[in-house]
Amino acid sequence: MSVGRAATRVDTPAKATGRARFISDVVVPGMVHAKLWRSPVPHARILRVDPARAARAEGVLAVLTAADLPVKDLYYGPAFKDQPMLADGVIRYAGEPVVAVVAETAAQAEAALALVAVEWEELPTVATLDAALAPGAPVLHARLVPAAHFRDLTALRPIPSTNVCHHWSYARGDVDRGFAEADLVVEQTFTFPMVHHYSLEPHCAIARVDGHGITVWASTQHPFPVRKELAEIFGLPLARVQVIVPYLGGAYGNKSYTKIEPLTIALALRVKRPVRLALTVEEAFKTVRRAAVRYRLKTGVRRDGTLVARDCEIHYQLGAYADVGPRVVQKSAYTAAGPYRIPHLRINAYGVYTNTVVSVAFRGYGVPQLAWAYESQMDVIAERLGWDPLALRLLNVLKRGEPLMEGDLPIDCDFAEGLGKAAAQIGWNEPTAAPRRGKGIACTIKAPLAPSVSSAMVRMHADGSATLLTGTVECGQGARTALSQIVAEELALPLDRVRVARSEVGMSPYDQATSASRSTTLMGLAVLRAARDVRDQLLTIGARLLESERPALTLRDERIVSPRGERTYGEAVAAHFGTGGELIGRGTYRGERGHAPLGGEAPFWEVGMAAAEVEVDGDTGRVRILRYVSVADIGRAINPRECEAQEEGAAMMGIGHTLFEQMIYDGGQLLNPSLIDYRVPVMSDLPEEYRSILVENGDGPGPYGAKGIGESGLIPTAPAVANAIARAIGVRITDLPMTPERVWRASDRARRRAAPAEGPST
Amino acid sequence: MNAIPMSVTVNGEAHALTVPPHETLIECLRDRLGLLGVKKSCDVQVCGACTVLVDDRPVSACTVLAFEARGKHVRTIEGLAHGDDLHPVQEAFVEHGALQCGFCTPGMIMATVALLAENPSPTADEVKHYMRGNICRCTGYKRIVEAILAASERLATGPRTTDGG
Repeated sequence: MSVGRAATRVDTPAKATGRARFISDVVVPGMVHAKLWRSPVPHARILRVDPARAARAEGVLAVLTAADLPVKDLYYGPAFKDQPMLADGVIRYAGEPVVAVVAETAAQAEAALALVAVEWEELPTVATLDAALAPGAPVLHARLVPAAHFRDLTALRPIPSTNVCHHWSYARGDVDRGFAEADLVVEQTFTFPMVHHYSLEPHCAIARVDGHGITVWASTQHPFPVRKELAEIFGLPLARVQVIVPYLGGAYGNKSYTKIEPLTIALALRVKRPVRLALTVEEAFKTVRRAAVRYRLKTGVRRDGTLVARDCEIHYQLGAYADVGPRVVQKSAYTAAGPYRIPHLRINAYGVYTNTVVSVAFRGYGVPQLAWAYESQMDVIAERLGWDPLALRLLNVLKRGEPLMEGDLPIDCDFAEGLGKAAAQIGWNEPTAAPRRGKGIACTIKAPLAPSVSSAMVRMHADGSATLLTGTVECGQGARTALSQIVAEELALPLDRVRVARSEVGMSPYDQATSASRSTTLMGLAVLRAARDVRDQLLTIGARLLESERPALTLRDERIVSPRGERTYGEAVAAHFGTGGELIGRGTYRGERGHAPLGGEAPFWEVGMAAAEVEVDGDTGRVRILRYVSVADIGRAINPRECEAQEEGAAMMGIGHTLFEQMIYDGGQLLNPSLIDYRVPVMSDLPEEYRSILVENGDGPGPYGAKGIGESGLIPTAPAVANAIARAIGVRITDLPMTPERVWRASDRARRRAAPAEGPST
Repeated sequence: MNAIPMSVTVNGEAHALTVPPHETLIECLRDRLGLLGVKKSCDVQVCGACTVLVDDRPVSACTVLAFEARGKHVRTIEGLAHGDDLHPVQEAFVEHGALQCGFCTPGMIMATVALLAENPSPTADEVKHYMRGNICRCTGYKRIVEAILAASERLATGPRTTDGG
């Protein structure tokens, strides 16, 4: 048995010995290096670029602006083609690339950047949601060209002459009547700041152009969509665009879709040499972030605890360009009301351009920002009604088989089971052991990518070992290990007889995306089918060789076994072909279009539950997480240890935006694009008790009943911790992150309110 | 700028090099000596991905100048295993699943080697405190702490106790 076992990762020991080669380790013979001159101002018209001094510097091969790039289309983007490879006459955020310098060495390119002369005329800046939405605000994009990449984004709805690039809305029932029927109406506004992914390895691309076409080594989770976009930009057939993805040093959505690849290729075309463009961490901060969100949430509830109406108004602060933002808006807003039974519902979600760093996909895809609000408010409602927060959730949460959205997959899990496990793990019903301690719980849901497509091939070689060809990118999530386990399971092979081939689009069959917690489940189905195709061929050959009926045959320990005898796979392959040869299995997963409001029926729901116990330091406001548990509904764990590890890592990332992380802007200037000033979780932040629990009911659509997880661990973190903090200090905080200062000030205000006669505390 | 002649021992091998004064140790190790297991991330001595040992002390190779290693012994992740025979810390990281993307892992393992040389039997709290300078964005750290504690036990009882530092 390979599946269900904590198999050792197939990317070890390479990753523990320094032998694993990441994209930033790739050296292409003859390659030269690019560096980017980035705008110091957030919004400006470019008047003049003088490349002359930089062009004369030692080692410099070219100094290029947008006008110098040999491309059919300067613009790219998965939703709108609104982002130029280099600023095209207008600068829209501080940090935007304006000029590229290519030199023999990276140091020479870097040195020449200081010699680039750019003149500009500043334009009024809209750096915040309020500024961007104000009447008469400067409009960042006068005209928007849809990219037509996503089928579910065929109805992009920009509001003309404003900075709203997409408005998604949904309604059912009669919300006004619902509020009229409610005994209690709670309305609050929650904010979630901009945060940065910080993968340890920043974006990197190496491009080579020759008579065969384009080859690009890319730090992307989407090699196939990137290939499509590159083929369009450079006017080549798909077959002449090769995208190779080595190991990536972390990818949490920041490496989704096209980023620096088109520019790197354009530079390679100009200088007729392979070009490497490797961003620094500071540049990564100026390239990608999570959308900030302001969520005004109004909920009506009856005295008996049942939710009757919800009105959700959500503004997503996107950056200067849309990237995948419009899709983040509608995919996350789709579940904005949470996994609850709510008859009257209205959702209005707006993606808003601002003169800030571009917001892109980020683990959770907009859902963490919304779950933060709706799960915080559940506790506010519980408090106002005098209910236990867990009981209020159990009363309202959807049960298995109930619809979340009409026409979409009914709920496919048991929330009550998961919530019960989470609560039990932190001793929900036991009193807290000390003052200023509190417990919190949260329950969340996320829609997967639907519909989607994945294909895979399994090649069984002449000695019975197998190579898996899959377009899934290994970025640390353990996909290669889990997918290898599926092949090993189906073909009765030991894991070390299965190898996953390098991820490159010229060789691997099509895969839509390494994203949305889909690879083990949906690529997993393609892999399962490819392996079963090989299995089928082995049994056919075995039946002939062993003169047995097929039903009498089984595969065991690398052998075809029948009552009449057995053959090794190698013997079977050799006998079949006479000489050499290999068996080739093919498998495809193709999602159904369905009739759901977003256009694709969910193959599964990704649900995340968590519970936390915290202690708040009354003097400093510092929050210490004593106990934290996350519960994922995984259906079936292919590799339980790696699944738990995904959840643990996700939850820690969630603890980051809950307690520490935020990109701080002063006007249009990002003040902290560096790890010195941007605080991510470190080892000493590990809660004293920290675990993840997997609920396995075998009820998923994937191999052996698997469902996707991994984002699930991060989505409920902020509200679970916030709810614990609120019970510890008696104050509700509605803005993240809950830094010591913010917690202390909230706590101090509450103290003053409670004891107005006392003087200020010292 | 005058280049500086220097001799340095890297993973037990003596090198005579001539380096520009501004060359950092990570540039020297990666670009000059091809030791690509040394990883560059934050570049400001916060993340620990570039941790190497200089005379058994952990340093961030991104913010140390190459010539500062003159006459010293530098040890990188490449110098830890003997062929396919992994160092006990590496074994523990593999067995405990204490890595995901793996980019922080070389620095994390080198910092662990330094920790266990200084403090062969750390408590979990001592591990968390010592290792604050090594950031992992994937694992959530839990399994790294477990691996470090397991490596500590292994080094205390195993045959290769002299190889811990």
